[in-house]
Amino acid sequence: MLGEGILKGLAQTAKNFAGSYVSEERLTTVQYPEERLPVAEASRVFPFLVFDGSEWLGGMRCVACQICEKECPPKCIYIEKSKDKKPDYVGKQQFYPVRFDIDISVCMSCQICVEVCPFEAIKMDTAFELATDDRFGGLLLDRQQLAKSNEYYHSIHPTEASEVDARLDEEKVKAEAKAKAAAPAAAAKPPAPAGGKD
Amino acid sequence: MSTFETIPESTSQTSAEHLAERLSKSITAAAEADRREGWNRPPVFLPESENGVLEVAMGPHHPSTHGVFRMDVSVDGERVIRLKPVFGYLHRNHEKIAEGTAYLASMPYTDRLDYFCSLTNNWAYALAVEKLAGIQVPERAEYIRVILAELTRIQNHAAAVGFLLQDMGASGTPLMYAFREREKILDLFEQLTGSRMMCNYMRFGGCRVDVTDAWLDRARRLVAGMPQFVDEFEALLTTNEILMVRCQGIGALKPDLAVNAGVTGPMLRATGVNYDLRKVDHYGIYDRFKFRIPLGDHGDVYDRYMVRILEIREAVHILEQALKEIPAGPIMDPKTKLRGFRPKPGEAYGRIEAPKGELGFYLISDGGSNPYRYRVRPPSMINLTVLEDMCLGHNVADVVVILGSVDIVLGEVDR
Ligand code: SF4
Ligand code: SF4
Repeated sequence: MLGEGILKGLAQTAKNFAGSYVSEERLTTVQYPEERLPVAEASRVFPFLVFDGSEWLGGMRCVACQICEKECPPKCIYIEKSKDKKPDYVGKQQFYPVRFDIDISVCMSCQICVEVCPFEAIKMDTAFELATDDRFGGLLLDRQQLAKSNEYYHSIHPTEASEVDARLDEEKVKAEAKAKAAAPAAAAKPPAPAGGKD
Repeated sequence: MSTFETIPESTSQTSAEHLAERLSKSITAAAEADRREGWNRPPVFLPESENGVLEVAMGPHHPSTHGVFRMDVSVDGERVIRLKPVFGYLHRNHEKIAEGTAYLASMPYTDRLDYFCSLTNNWAYALAVEKLAGIQVPERAEYIRVILAELTRIQNHAAAVGFLLQDMGASGTPLMYAFREREKILDLFEQLTGSRMMCNYMRFGGCRVDVTDAWLDRARRLVAGMPQFVDEFEALLTTNEILMVRCQGIGALKPDLAVNAGVTGPMLRATGVNYDLRKVDHYGIYDRFKFRIPLGDHGDVYDRYMVRILEIREAVHILEQALKEIPAGPIMDPKTKLRGFRPKPGEAYGRIEAPKGELGFYLISDGGSNPYRYRVRPPSMINLTVLEDMCLGHNVADVVVILGSVDIVLGEVDR
């Protein structure tokens, strides 16, 4: 019968329309600014720089090795290395960035900088409401704007942050053991052969 | 905005005649050349009515062109007698950029080719590099790739059918139903890869992060609910008389022309040619799964619609098997480094059956850290080359539907 297919289709729409009053499954719209969906844990928007402790510059993990600057596909990271050094998380003297800018109008959120960084210093943020009326300066984030605490990192990517912390602690323990082993070895003139092990 | 080149009333005689004559000359010459080379072309269309020929530029900012794409259409009344596709508005220099950057750095750019199917783009590129460098992919990673590729196929086909209906004037409903399902799949992608569309997930020799059991459970639930959605979608559309009238017999493509023009994907299979790289190439681990290849009969818009719907059903079958069999194990080849990746000199062509057709990457390495030559074989662009053959003799409104049935993404057409 002509029109049968149309009626069948209309039955489906009617089912969905009526169903939207009773079933979550069929009412999929979210009224965005008032209602919000939870952000997925793995979600990524733009990178930020992690710092330990409470002081953003002192605790910054980045050592200005410039690997991320080199590997970033659209080349939107600008780094200037410091002349002097400061201690990093294991207490080793390292350089730090005197300038670290990311142009988020160019950044394509690909996460390659995060993957290549050997120091767990740069991670992906989940904040997405970044609209600004300043097209140039407002979208060029400097190192202070990029610096976020490790606690913040834990709050947005809990699983990943715990893994990273475990890895860093392990390294720290290793470094301390090595330092301890090296200290008596240096004190006692003939180096103990067991001192090599940690 | 379309620009209309109407011919002023006072001079209509001379310019209209001139235009008609010029057109018929060029069409006859083209048809003559095709006949000489033994091509099977649709009949030549010459202007019939005395009102003259109207040349209309549909696009580049026409809502039906799925992006910035222009069709220069010559119409005689409502009938299309010539059509020239013009692309390049979205050219982003992808290939040349890739030749200047490291192999890994091109991976996020491949997401932006066909932005509906970033995961299959990733796979095709990873496959080409793996061939070039001789990298083995662990078993679990292969399963993850198949799962993601088939999910991508489902969401692409659902969206493609939704957009086709949108082009036909069914504004909203089918597209929103398709998007509702697509959204669930994109949520899965976001949970795993961090991004809904620009996934940047595959790496040479494996995948970036491992899937968790919770993710697999969620995927299983989604796949279990998928046949219900397809049933609903089909009840809404397949036997709808308006859809049948608008689609059946429209934009028919002959199998020999399709093969000669290099058309692939659902468009080729709708003409009845049994060619699917998953069966032909057995890339990845597709030979382990049982699935069928849906084929069409007439090669018209309706067959293309049907083939896509059936491919969703088959993708669900593959997903069921893959989600059941997925083994534990590593997801990355331990020998492949992320940085300082330099394959030996040589060349390779990696191709997969992307949702839109054969997607291939051709790479030449000179031993350096970036490819010497990088070339993409984009399925939607090559499928678009037969647009004129499908449109000749149909109405302008049908052109929109035929273009919708090709399923193009301009990011891939123009690169
Ligand atoms: S963020 Fe990481 S890779 Fe980039 S300069 Fe700092 S330490 Fe190096
Ligand atoms: S996310 Fe990608 S584009 Fe953005 S700064 Fe990192 S490497 Fe560059």
